[in-house]
Amino acid sequence: MDKVIIAENLSLSYKEFETIISKASFSIDAGSFVFITGASGSGKSTLLKSLYGAIEPRAGGLMVGGVKMNRISTSKLNFLRRHIGIVFQDYKLIKEWTIEKNVMLPLIISGYTKEVSAVQVQKLLGHVKLIHQAGKYPPELSGGEQQRVAMARALAHNPILILADEPTGNLDEYSSEVIWNLLEGANTQLKTTIVVVTHHIPSSISVPYKHFHIEMGNLHEIS
Amino acid sequence: MKSLKNHISLIIALFTVLFSVQIYVAVDRTIEAYENRLKNDYSIIVVSNKALTATEFKAMDSLIERSESIATDQVLERLKGEMTKKNLDLLKLTLPKFYRLYLSRFPTPQEISKLQKRLEKHSAIERVEGYAQTHDTVYKLMLLFKDVVQIFSIAIAAVTSLLILKEMRLWQFQHADRMSIMALFGAPVWLRSAVLFRLAIVDAIIATIVLCLAFFMIEQYGWMDLLLRTVGISIELFDFVNDGVRSLLIALGVSIVLTLTIVIGNEEEE
Repeated sequence: MDKVIIAENLSLSYKEFETIISKASFSIDAGSFVFITGASGSGKSTLLKSLYGAIEPRAGGLMVGGVKMNRISTSKLNFLRRHIGIVFQDYKLIKEWTIEKNVMLPLIISGYTKEVSAVQVQKLLGHVKLIHQAGKYPPELSGGEQQRVAMARALAHNPILILADEPTGNLDEYSSEVIWNLLEGANTQLKTTIVVVTHHIPSSISVPYKHFHIEMGNLHEIS
Repeated sequence: MKSLKNHISLIIALFTVLFSVQIYVAVDRTIEAYENRLKNDYSIIVVSNKALTATEFKAMDSLIERSESIATDQVLERLKGEMTKKNLDLLKLTLPKFYRLYLSRFPTPQEISKLQKRLEKHSAIERVEGYAQTHDTVYKLMLLFKDVVQIFSIAIAAVTSLLILKEMRLWQFQHADRMSIMALFGAPVWLRSAVLFRLAIVDAIIATIVLCLAFFMIEQYGWMDLLLRTVGISIELFDFVNDGVRSLLIALGVSIVLTLTIVIGNEEEE
């Protein structure tokens, strides 16, 4: 099976601070569903950031989608990010843009035509049941709705990989379930690789998954 | 409202830069016109013991444009009653030739001095009067005025550029979220900064239009023209084609360079 992510002796740290992740070695298969858990401050979000190139490996090797992340050039990083969908706990929607335009963002960046983008956005907004909110702005929506918009945006360009950082951290039970269903749907129907950083793995998850846990900067796979 | 305020701040700052540049250009144009007027009024008087042609004068110095012989008839006419015709004819024969020399452009005091020396070297020329003292004072005053305006314009341009930079830093903060989110999805720098560049370009165009309107009003009221006419100068304060295009290019240049400074200085949020 193809590997989407390969890490060998990966060490991560912020400048001037102590090592956050130490010599982690793991791989993630294409089309798999992966959870990364750990206590607050354990470094799980840092690990996720390294996967989309916001942090460079301090030591060791890291490959995402066949791209070496060590000393990656800006153009290569931009190229890689155009094939990744990211979901954040704080949604990171552009407040001054409509919901429709927010979902369209990855398509604009990838250079799709307006017509193709509009069709895809309509389809996705229908999928996350927000078609009637298309013309609204993010602050006009609830947290759960905003996260559904963020999910639609992450799926818009059919990415090979979706990285989600505490996607349900700020949501109520109902909204959380909607988000998990969307992530499961992307994994089973589109065969998208999903990597989720979270405190707890929801009991409702029905797809087979891989589980990594971070403790004291060390990453372990839990069977 | 907040956005409008941001636009106005940049437009005013850009307008100030353009206005100071245009004032400098207008002063330069005024001085050039004044130099031209002085050139037409200014001449050197030469006294020669034999007749000299314009070609001979031009051969002495390339600065000499033309020569004009000063008629002595009027002087001799006045002496008619006091002298006999014979003596008058004799005087006419011995009287030196007077010439007025016109120059191709307004000379510097050094050039006048050099020219005078060259003319005096000629065996036929007995005396040269360049009126260097009067000329020197006027010229130095003009240069001083030009320098003062230049320094003033540079100071205004520097201060307003700093204001524009500060204004754009505010823009950067306003757009930082959007730019970092776009970066997370792989947007190249030009796409992330497209809004900043669009704003800068629109404001540059508006500032140029405001400048054109301001000079149109100045020309319509005509008080500046009246002021210049009193010193015998008529110039075009603002050429709507050439000056308009130059101002637009300056405004675009300043705003794009400053936007680039902001964009390059913008670090991606981790």
